[in-house]
Amino acid sequence: MSEEDEVIITPSQRTVVDEVAVSVQDVCITYRTTFEKRPTLKQAVMRAGRGKRQVKTVEAVKNVSFDVPRGTVLGIIGHNGAGKSTLMRAIAGIIPPTAGRIEVTGRTSTLLALGVGFNPDLTGLENVLLGGLAAGLSKEEIETRFDEIAAFADIGDFIELPMRTYSSGMAARLAFAVSMHMDPDILLIDEALSTGDAAFKEKATAKLRELVDNSSTMLLISHALATVRSMCNEVIWLDHGQMKMRGEPDAVLDTYIEAMHVKKTAAVMNDF
Amino acid sequence: MSADAAIVGRPVQVYEPYRSGLPPLVPYVKNLWRRRHFAIELSRASMRAAHTDTVFGQLWLVINPLLNACVYFLLVNIINGGTRGPDFFIHLIAGLFVFNFLQNSLTQGAESVTKGGNLVLNTSFPLLLLPYATMRTSFYRFLPSMGIYVVLFAGLEYFGPRTQKCNAAGACVDLNTLHFSWIQLLAIPVFAFIWLYVAGLTTFMAALTVYFRDTTQFLPYATRIWLYLSPVLYYADQMKPWMTKFEMFNPLYPILGLWGDVIARGQLPHASWWIATVAWGLGSFAVGTLYFLSRERDFAVRL
Repeated sequence: MSEEDEVIITPSQRTVVDEVAVSVQDVCITYRTTFEKRPTLKQAVMRAGRGKRQVKTVEAVKNVSFDVPRGTVLGIIGHNGAGKSTLMRAIAGIIPPTAGRIEVTGRTSTLLALGVGFNPDLTGLENVLLGGLAAGLSKEEIETRFDEIAAFADIGDFIELPMRTYSSGMAARLAFAVSMHMDPDILLIDEALSTGDAAFKEKATAKLRELVDNSSTMLLISHALATVRSMCNEVIWLDHGQMKMRGEPDAVLDTYIEAMHVKKTAAVMNDF
Repeated sequence: MSADAAIVGRPVQVYEPYRSGLPPLVPYVKNLWRRRHFAIELSRASMRAAHTDTVFGQLWLVINPLLNACVYFLLVNIINGGTRGPDFFIHLIAGLFVFNFLQNSLTQGAESVTKGGNLVLNTSFPLLLLPYATMRTSFYRFLPSMGIYVVLFAGLEYFGPRTQKCNAAGACVDLNTLHFSWIQLLAIPVFAFIWLYVAGLTTFMAALTVYFRDTTQFLPYATRIWLYLSPVLYYADQMKPWMTKFEMFNPLYPILGLWGDVIARGQLPHASWWIATVAWGLGSFAVGTLYFLSRERDFAVRL
């Protein structure tokens, strides 16, 4: 940011350039969760006799700080369980941090790994409406976007059918269409491009590219490193909840790939 | 994103650790109010999915509680040797309809958060809206039964038998004591406190179900036992003295006692029932809400 301060710019431009969209300040996220897929009272009672506890504490994110200026496309990479998704959900306001502070300027739209439909008995459009209302949009705002969303998702009459009739690809298409058409200030995307068929993947990538070119702010979690390299202008590497590296995509990705490679080789060596 | 759009006031959200385990209450309530349309739409959509909005769906809402009441009336009458009159029938349905409201709210509401699945995991919104949506649904299912109540009450008042029953000493009782009274309008404020009581219990169960998913399997038994322990299938004053001692632990004893006195008999109950109903209503609402809020942070990682 320092070089910008030297240049004389008008106040309105200055806001665009200097404004921080997301500010993550020394954030830690710790939560307790259970090993059980479906915890029940019955199991808890049966377990009580043996004095075992099935609760574990997860330190998902440890002392992470960074700022995302408006217009940045920030890639977040790291191994499975590095805390990427947890961090993103904290930025979306779903999980409050255990320590530190997150400031988000503008409205976020999330396209997280799990998609949009939450009630399989309701139709696609009903699910879209409910998701939008929960996210704080008005009914009118959502309904004016129905046509665009339906057109982009391109799932035909299924949009009027209960979501239990959808294939996973259809649900993914709808989820993508919704998050793209909610006019967010900040778009949070978690592994969303991995679903859908080839044609839709191309369409989705084109749409994302368009947003990137319009200098939208975006946070992107992906294991598709080529996507990260081509779309992001900054990358963060999370490792066991800590920020290992931050910088230009090429620099971070090359180091990351090398580290993964070394780890893999070491594991292979151990086999002998 | 144009430069002009960037400078107009964007909402700034700050996410910080909760102090004392609770989210900041004033912003939470404001947010709850701002997003109330979500609860309304969710309730509408689930009613649509359950066909509650069709003619037969509505009809079922009327027939179902009525059939239920008839079954209990028959049962109680057989046990009592057929001595029950229309006033008892009115007492029975008044209690049963409110109890159905409680039961529906609890069984649906207990699942509200766990069924919220992806939405809870992916969207930041006040999760209290989920049990509140089911509260709205069960209220809308309760309303038609109150319609039946008024119709039946009017019918039995007008056409009901007016036989007198006299005992050996010559003391006679009018078996039909039904008549409309202004006091019955007090049922509305009484119901407000019943709503608070049920809302507190429902939010509590909604949070508890996240930790113990089999709560929904125990609930039908628990509510059924609760029904039998409460003065619905019999009058409060018919209880054995030893049972009445335990009834101070049963919130439904004063609540349904008050409700029955007001709406079925049109008489003003003693002050202790009023105090108990208000206290249970406010207490349950406060405890249920606080428990839910203190646990809400956990839901997104526990589902």
